[in-house]
Amino acid sequence: MKLWRFNGGLPSLAEHKNESVHLPIETAPVPKQLIYPLGQHIGSPAKPLVKVGDKVLRGQKIANAQGVISAPIHAGSSGTVVSIADHLIPHPSGFSALSITIQTDGHDNSIEPKPQPDFRQLPATELVQLIRDAGLVGLGGAAFPTAVKLNTQNKVTPIDTLILNGAECEPYISCDDRLLKERAHQVIEGIEILLYITGAKRAILAVEDNIPDTFTSIQQAVAQNGNGAVCAVQIPTIYPTGGEKQLIQTLTGKEVPSGNIPADIGIVSTNVGTVYAVQQAIIEGKPLTSRIITVTGEGVKKPHNLEVRIGTPINALIDVCQGYTKHADRLIMGGPMMGFALLNDEIPIVKATNCILVASQQEVITEKQAMPCIRCGLCASACPVSLMPQQLYWHSQSDQLEKAEKLNLFDCIECGCCDVVCPSHIPLVQHFRYAKSALKVQKHEKHLSNVARERFEAREKRIAQEKAERAERARKKKAALQKKPAKEEIEAAVSRSKAKKTSLEEED
Amino acid sequence: MQFLTSNAPFIEPQNSIQKMMLWVLIALTPGIAAMVWQFGYGVLANIIICVTTALTAEAVMLRLRGRPLRPFLSDLSAVVTAVLLALALPTLAPWWLPFIGALIAIVMAKHLYGGLGYNPFNPAMIAFAILIVSFPKSMTVWVLPQSLLPTGTSFLDVFTPLTDQQAKKALIDAITAATPLDEMKTQLNLNKTVEEIRTSAVFGNLAGQGWQWVSIAYLIGGLVLMYKKIITWHIPAGLLLGLFIISFIFYLIEPSIKPSPLFHLLSGGAILGAFFIATDPVTAAASLKGRFIYGLLIGMLTYIIRTWGGYPEGIAFAVILINMAVPLIDHYTPPRVYGHK
Amino acid sequence: MSSLILIILFAALGILLGYVAIRFKVEGDPLVDKIDAVLPQTQCGQCNFPGCRPYAQAIANGEADINQCPPGGEAGIAALADLLGVDPKPLNEENGVEKATMVAVIDEETCIGCKLCIQACPVDAILGAPKHMHTVIEAECTGCELCLPPCPVECITMEPVTQTLTLWQWDKPDASPQKKGAS
Repeated sequence: MKLWRFNGGLPSLAEHKNESVHLPIETAPVPKQLIYPLGQHIGSPAKPLVKVGDKVLRGQKIANAQGVISAPIHAGSSGTVVSIADHLIPHPSGFSALSITIQTDGHDNSIEPKPQPDFRQLPATELVQLIRDAGLVGLGGAAFPTAVKLNTQNKVTPIDTLILNGAECEPYISCDDRLLKERAHQVIEGIEILLYITGAKRAILAVEDNIPDTFTSIQQAVAQNGNGAVCAVQIPTIYPTGGEKQLIQTLTGKEVPSGNIPADIGIVSTNVGTVYAVQQAIIEGKPLTSRIITVTGEGVKKPHNLEVRIGTPINALIDVCQGYTKHADRLIMGGPMMGFALLNDEIPIVKATNCILVASQQEVITEKQAMPCIRCGLCASACPVSLMPQQLYWHSQSDQLEKAEKLNLFDCIECGCCDVVCPSHIPLVQHFRYAKSALKVQKHEKHLSNVARERFEAREKRIAQEKAERAERARKKKAALQKKPAKEEIEAAVSRSKAKKTSLEEED
Repeated sequence: MQFLTSNAPFIEPQNSIQKMMLWVLIALTPGIAAMVWQFGYGVLANIIICVTTALTAEAVMLRLRGRPLRPFLSDLSAVVTAVLLALALPTLAPWWLPFIGALIAIVMAKHLYGGLGYNPFNPAMIAFAILIVSFPKSMTVWVLPQSLLPTGTSFLDVFTPLTDQQAKKALIDAITAATPLDEMKTQLNLNKTVEEIRTSAVFGNLAGQGWQWVSIAYLIGGLVLMYKKIITWHIPAGLLLGLFIISFIFYLIEPSIKPSPLFHLLSGGAILGAFFIATDPVTAAASLKGRFIYGLLIGMLTYIIRTWGGYPEGIAFAVILINMAVPLIDHYTPPRVYGHK
Repeated sequence: MSSLILIILFAALGILLGYVAIRFKVEGDPLVDKIDAVLPQTQCGQCNFPGCRPYAQAIANGEADINQCPPGGEAGIAALADLLGVDPKPLNEENGVEKATMVAVIDEETCIGCKLCIQACPVDAILGAPKHMHTVIEAECTGCELCLPPCPVECITMEPVTQTLTLWQWDKPDASPQKKGAS
């Protein structure tokens, strides 16, 4: 199959897959507590359905989706809700946010699954609703509600290609690799469901060429399945080929126009983990309560690939890996290129987590001494989006954020390629993240000041109107006074008061 | 368990300024060796004076500006500037010429603009330009190539302390001559034809005697740099192509009074400029498209200065002038971003 | 002959200028609008003008300097300098200092329902009625502090805005050894 090449990337990035790629998926034990931050997906946070003290079963919905771009949350095991309060969340800010905490009872009872093995009997919209109700979000790391992504029935451009992203390009992570090796049949079933829902003509399952054994397993599974529309492809191992836009370019040569989504050019791309979850939700009838993650790094005694209940605190997983080694220096959620460091291990696994990397000081670099930019241009050569990180850096550093925005700052996917190749060791991705968030806040403040201006002007108008009305009334009164002769008014008032006086005297 | 946090990416950077500069110096060694072979040890003296002055000047300026010394001195950028300047100077230049040159390059052309990464003009070329304008006589004391030295003399004679001023002058007269470019320009102005001029001893088969080997040695170094991906092909290709095209056009029109493109490419500082001087990242254009155009313009301007300008060698002034045009080139050559037309 | 041509040329150009001046005339003063768009709309009066629009008018007329607005801060001064093509200057500290956005909070235990603060608020961010509880709508409060002086029982305090996840910002990275004193 013809492949294209995106600009730049890091072909020689050390993969570190050997630490975990040969480890089969093991089931992690259910921990004592499961913690569910309500905002663990893109879009509006979910709203709790349960209250403290409620007993729940595995697979029971404990929070409902709010609005279109949102997803519900389901309990990972049976137990009692012990709190709905702020808890430290896995986010680089180190903030806490509203989370539901469940104390598990050890029985691990589930609700009745509602399998739909004959999914072609149902209309696509109903399947999408089932997917939404199952709480599915993108498990590749973005956590975008899958039901919204699959809501392609009203799109102008019909979907013709389904891309299944098995290109796990970040170093250390091997959870998708193991899933494809061990559960390829369920993944292919999931692909069939998605083909039916989207009406796509072909499905391409892409993996990198550094896992040839897995590719062979997939090819066998595809051949066994026999659906001619599904094909498996090996793509060159170049970071970040697993990025949605880069993968689309590699497989089809098309580019997603800036500000648009792949569905606008007739493509839907999902992570293979999500596809597996679709199969579990529709054919097995089980909502999303667990996922596969890789726990690795020199900081844990024994790396593992684990199927964990979503909501498991990280320290429970470290225990499965037989604890920390004395070299453990950083706790990173995600990979070493785009992950973020966590403050402690009480933070829970969320739907978007695909790896816990406990890194030693040898494995990761924690401090870089930045030199001035020497304008070498290596960053632009490495950028998969063909941006000019050099120019974006000059503008972000000098706080000329509007200029950075004009140079397409918001097209940056924060992959980190420019950062790694920079000979001056400038933390480029940090600068761009700062610039993007500063621009967002600036826009918000601009919006607030516009609202304040409108309120102020409305108030001024109201006060002026009141003043004008008062003046008008006074003017009318004055005019009325001048119309009637004053003498008659006075005589009428005098006779009125006289009458009142006599009536009062009569009452006494 | 609590952890400290830091920011992604967590991977060791692949490159460093020091590594890049080191490779530039390594790539210059064939050229330096060729210079020593053909023109004697004078070039080494120049290099030593330039490098020592440059590092000292950089240390003093960093102190004055309140910047840390270790990272900036160890990145070897001052050393590369100094070596490139030394290679551009005549081998028999008096000691104060490389000394002043290095001072100008580091203090004026680099630190007064803000130090590493902030200078708009190539420091080595600024120094060269100021020297050639201020000390035209000292800057033209070029030694004859080894093949043309009068019998009985060798380079080492330069180092023998000659108290007899007359004898010293005679020796210097014996072993120095105009460079091929200089000779070509002077003789063309005297209305000789190219063919007549080429018969002179200073010219070899390809270009100037001795100089052609130095240029080829620089070419080898430049190809090594491209292989190691320290530089891309855009600027050297642009420069050499620009020089080639314009010299070819005029050669076709008037071959008797315009030297051949091969002569231009292998003479003077064309190869050194293409691979080492114009590729200075700080002063070159930013995007790859822009770099090619940058190289093209320098190549063409070099020919124009060589042919119609006041100096036999045009690389230095061409580089400085096109450095001025870099912001304009950058404005009109941004790369096409993914997802945009 | 040439003077005749020149006279005709200048006359034609003059007519063209007159036509353009009338045809493309803009109502109002667009410069004041542009300046007002840059100002933060706090309507606090710290610039010694009764609101942001009068200050914008004064800047446009050249009566006021661009560095009088503390809520706009350095960023605001830079934006005004950019707009007007002048050099930015430091904030005039006599008017106040740039500080983090605060919102007013009314202590409901102490509030006597006198509605003096409601009348003072330039953006109607205080909800209430005479002899009824007053409260500040946090989303609309601009932090101008005009409600603090009128309150007879001094029950209004300024608190920092509650940090939300959606408006959280990454820190700006250092520009490391280029800074003075770093080693």
